Amino acid sequence: MITFKHIHKAYRVGGSDIPALQGIDFEIQAGEIFGIIGHSGAGKSTLVRLINLLERPTSGQVLIDNVDITALDAEGVRLQRQRIGMIFQHFNLLSSKTVAQNVAFPLELAGVANKHQIRKRVAALLARVGLTDHADKYPAQLSGGQKQRVGIARALATEPKILLCDEATSALDPQTTQSVLQLLADINRELGLTIVIITHEMDVVRRIADRVAVLDAGRVAEIGPVAEVFLHPKHATTRRFVLEDEHVDEGEERDDFAHVPGRIVRLTFTGDSTYEPLLGAVARATGIDFSILAGRIDRIKDTPYGQLTVAFTGGDVPAALAQLAGRGLAVEEVRA
Amino acid sequence: MNTFFANGLFANVDWPEIWQASLDTLLMLGGSFVFTVLLGLPLGVLLFLTSKRQLLAQPVVYGVLSFIANIIRSVPFVILLIVLIPVTELIVGTSLGVAGAIPPLVIGATPFFARLVETALREVDQGIVEATQAMGATTTQIVLRALLPEAKPGLIASCTVTAITLISYTAMSGLIGGGGLGDLAIRYGYQRYQSDVMAVTVVLLVIVVQVLQMLGDRLVIHFSRK
Repeated sequence: MITFKHIHKAYRVGGSDIPALQGIDFEIQAGEIFGIIGHSGAGKSTLVRLINLLERPTSGQVLIDNVDITALDAEGVRLQRQRIGMIFQHFNLLSSKTVAQNVAFPLELAGVANKHQIRKRVAALLARVGLTDHADKYPAQLSGGQKQRVGIARALATEPKILLCDEATSALDPQTTQSVLQLLADINRELGLTIVIITHEMDVVRRIADRVAVLDAGRVAEIGPVAEVFLHPKHATTRRFVLEDEHVDEGEERDDFAHVPGRIVRLTFTGDSTYEPLLGAVARATGIDFSILAGRIDRIKDTPYGQLTVAFTGGDVPAALAQLAGRGLAVEEVRA
Repeated sequence: MNTFFANGLFANVDWPEIWQASLDTLLMLGGSFVFTVLLGLPLGVLLFLTSKRQLLAQPVVYGVLSFIANIIRSVPFVILLIVLIPVTELIVGTSLGVAGAIPPLVIGATPFFARLVETALREVDQGIVEATQAMGATTTQIVLRALLPEAKPGLIASCTVTAITLISYTAMSGLIGGGGLGDLAIRYGYQRYQSDVMAVTVVLLVIVVQVLQMLGDRLVIHFSRK
């Protein structure tokens, strides 16, 4: 649905070109929630703004439904933007308008003249985000989470097919983040909306994204289904995100296990195997002993997963590993 | 009471003349204020839009506008008044009285007001412009529907400051025969040493300024939603 083709983007700063994006090529499917994660300066803000041409690529194309939007004229760009909603880290609501007026704003800009029709649509949108009682308040009277809900209602006003989220939960506390993400997931499911989320928080991606691209220094370091990318990170940047999220420092982990005897492996369970008593069964069958050194059991979107770092001693370790792999677990050597 | 005013503390004060001068001052203020806003607001918007990283970023246009505004603002108003006499005669047919005072007042105050407008627009959160742009708004819509309404409190404050500056300019226009309270103060209070006239005009000017400031502040509070 959204295709980036050979995208390069550079900013001219003081006579020299500073590259922001260097060769971006990937596709976002219709109806998915796509996460773009990267540290600040990785180019994610620029990348998401290419989709509604708030930024233009230096070279390359952005295709939406196979139409090259970089080739559209000014009027074409405006019409395209009306079909794409966007929400922001700092909400960017008009402080001089009430909640209802803010939600009506994109409809008025798009030239919807029928006041009755606007009122009906605004009421439905406010009901959708749970703010019916706040219609006549001004943004300054709302909490951060409520402001973002207004932002979401406003972004949905023109019935877009794509919703862009620019660090939409970064200014919110964890509980509010949770409820805003839940709302986004519901909208994605009910309206079949394609959602593109940029964030520096892995938790956001893990909770709602279907696929993720890890952006590093203007390039896609890794891309794929969230579970695949985060459970088996291949690129250093992805690994850093995973470790940051687990509050572990890579060097620290290796030192901690230096005095632990045996063969250390990382086992990854996904789906139903997460809750099965596999380790015990395999230990009994092969006569090994195991100790769990680190681990976490959680969910990625709707899929449960577990990831354990385990030291095996005694018995037939190779046979144990083979059996675990045979039961669908991913087995990675940490230390032979 | 009348004798007190005639022979006592305010012996030199000709009250009908004071009344006429007050009216002239208010007329000059009103007339020049309307034209200053009509010219200065679009100019301020243009200064803002053509400046760096804004919607119509045009360094050359911005540079030229900015240069002209700075030149007018760097000439002391008293001098501008004199320099502009031929221009005034061309526009309104006379350089005297209320009508003769308005063109130099407008020309002097417009760049000042335009700069204040530019600053008020700069105070608007850039994210709001970006959000409006992302909704597919035209530049005109962004200015009229987002920028100006969001900057309203700042714009009202700019109007207040400009009106008060215009009051002090009207006083100076008394120097070249502009009429009004400043004219009285100079001709009677200064040139004839009639301190009582000076005192009355100053008190009246202070009252006008206070009223304007209060009114402006009230409006700013009324329109502030932050």
